[in-house]
Amino acid sequence: MPEQNLIEAVRETMRSEMRRDESVIILGEDVGAHGGVFLATDGFIEEFGEDRVIDTPLAESLICGVALGAAVNGMRPIAEIQFADFVWPAINQLVGETARVRYGTNGAKTAPMTIRIPYGGGVRGGLYHSQSIEVLFSHTPGLTVVAPATSYDAKGLLASAIRANDPVIVLEHKRTYRLVKGNVPSEDYTIPIGQAEIKRPGTDLTVVTYGLMLHYVLQAAEAAAAEGIEVEVLDLRTLRPLDKNSIVESVSRTGKALIVQEDTLAVSISSEVAAIIAERCFFDLDGPVTRLGPPEIPPMPFSPLMEAEFMPSPEKILTAIKKLADI
Amino acid sequence: MTAKLPDDRMVHLYRTMVLSRYLDERSWLLNRQGKAAIAASAQGHEAAQVACIEATDPSKDHYLIYYRQLAAIMALGTTPEEMLRGFLAKEGEPMSGARQFPYHGAHPRVDMFNFSNVIATQIPQAAGVALSDKLRGLDAVTVVSFGDGATSQGDAHETMNFAGIHKLPLIFFCENNRYAISVPLNKQMAIESVASRAAGYGFPGVSVDGTSIQDVFEVTKTAVDRARSGDGPTLIEAMVERLLPHTTDDDHTRYRSEEDLERMSKRDPVSITSELLLSKGLLTEAEDEAIHTEAKNQVNIATDTVENEPFAGVENTLNNVTESIEPSL
Repeated sequence: MPEQNLIEAVRETMRSEMRRDESVIILGEDVGAHGGVFLATDGFIEEFGEDRVIDTPLAESLICGVALGAAVNGMRPIAEIQFADFVWPAINQLVGETARVRYGTNGAKTAPMTIRIPYGGGVRGGLYHSQSIEVLFSHTPGLTVVAPATSYDAKGLLASAIRANDPVIVLEHKRTYRLVKGNVPSEDYTIPIGQAEIKRPGTDLTVVTYGLMLHYVLQAAEAAAAEGIEVEVLDLRTLRPLDKNSIVESVSRTGKALIVQEDTLAVSISSEVAAIIAERCFFDLDGPVTRLGPPEIPPMPFSPLMEAEFMPSPEKILTAIKKLADI
Repeated sequence: MTAKLPDDRMVHLYRTMVLSRYLDERSWLLNRQGKAAIAASAQGHEAAQVACIEATDPSKDHYLIYYRQLAAIMALGTTPEEMLRGFLAKEGEPMSGARQFPYHGAHPRVDMFNFSNVIATQIPQAAGVALSDKLRGLDAVTVVSFGDGATSQGDAHETMNFAGIHKLPLIFFCENNRYAISVPLNKQMAIESVASRAAGYGFPGVSVDGTSIQDVFEVTKTAVDRARSGDGPTLIEAMVERLLPHTTDDDHTRYRSEEDLERMSKRDPVSITSELLLSKGLLTEAEDEAIHTEAKNQVNIATDTVENEPFAGVENTLNNVTESIEPSL
């Protein structure tokens, strides 16, 4: 079983999906000769040609609007937004249009398209190459949002997204592209959308997280185990629809929940997870539902010291775990 | 040589225009009776719309329409009953199941769709349709329609730029009625004509009298032939009149001068087409009157039928969000 870093898993999954289905095309900025700024499409234009690997002008609304038109006309486009920070010009096409196609046509038209969005910080990206943009999409009926954090999940969820008959936003944390490595079976497989996964079993408390934070939480959980605290780590993997049952099952069992995210906390994924726990686990809780995230400032400052101050870290997470465990 | 609109099709086009006109008037009336929540009138745009459709092939072409296109939609083969179900949000409304404003959604018989009320969003989507046809080598042309107001949006610019690069089989059909709700052309652009913008994108732009079915047919046919032969897009600007306010919620006397309204009233495409057909001997006064009577009767019968139908019911409120995800999530 070959070991791949996350960006390799993304690349090889797209390559095999394009080989198995001619209707899969890629549109984005620098996806052609350059192979994408993160090299997600390295070598694609040579293999699939410029008809299927389309270098677009610098126009994100166009990328998503064209992908939508192609999707309703029988293709399975993958739109690449170069950095999540650049997706805002396309919000109208994604949230206003794409999300509503099936509902607004009463099922007559569907938009089987994938929108890949590299997001997140801790990469010295400053205010405009670090943003977390998942909340708006996760709030939107008609959209599906996945955020794989391991190479294995990246392959399985991206394959599911490309084959889905509805639009799927695939959030890939930039810091995980080369930081995260893992075994990826070379055979074809998919991971069902909408299923969280326990990445580390535990009995004392549950940490719910996703994205890069999964890896920081796992480090913190190891450190906590050395101090006798057994942490269960639940990786959401899909942000819409949230896997309510897995959240409820784990938190009901451990009795305590900490939600860790890189995005600012107000009206966020953690807010929704906390609400689900409050609604469904009330009588099983042994402590308050707690959250750890960055301060409420625009994500995220460029200076390495300021960036580190902003980002949740394994140390900060361990402190939060110990505090909750002591209650 | 430019193809001309055949004489024997002119009466057919006129018939559709008249039917659309009566249906359009009826939608306004139903609004004033408190039965139709909203209507955006196509009165004044009919000639441009029916002649544009006439130059295409609905059996294989695609149409991304906008909210002021009742005549185009009638020309594409919808019925007054279907459209009235849209105006009155009745069960069986064909394009969105009455989830959307009238004639938004997608039509079951023709590849005509209109996802949104947001101006110009259909333009990049049309490029996606045209691009995917081109990639698969399909012999189809995409027509995307919009008003002058839409040409101020970034989506219009981004798409024309892209369509020029890829020589897409795409017709940009702008119905220029000189008003973006209340904002006149001289506050929308510093140039005289929308069509002149095409030069900046590397394809032809043509301005045409949108009250003339012959002229609109000719320029559209040329554009369609060009698109089918792989030479790329054309921007057509049909100069039309908006005979009624923006929608049933608008009062255009707040912002249009008396001179402007007077000038507009002389450019009613139904009257102009009637005169054309009478002068060419394709129609007699009696036949013209019969066309009007028949259209009026058709709309009356359709109204009686649809008014007695139930509203689209609550049982379809929650379905068709995504293929597999329940709304409760």
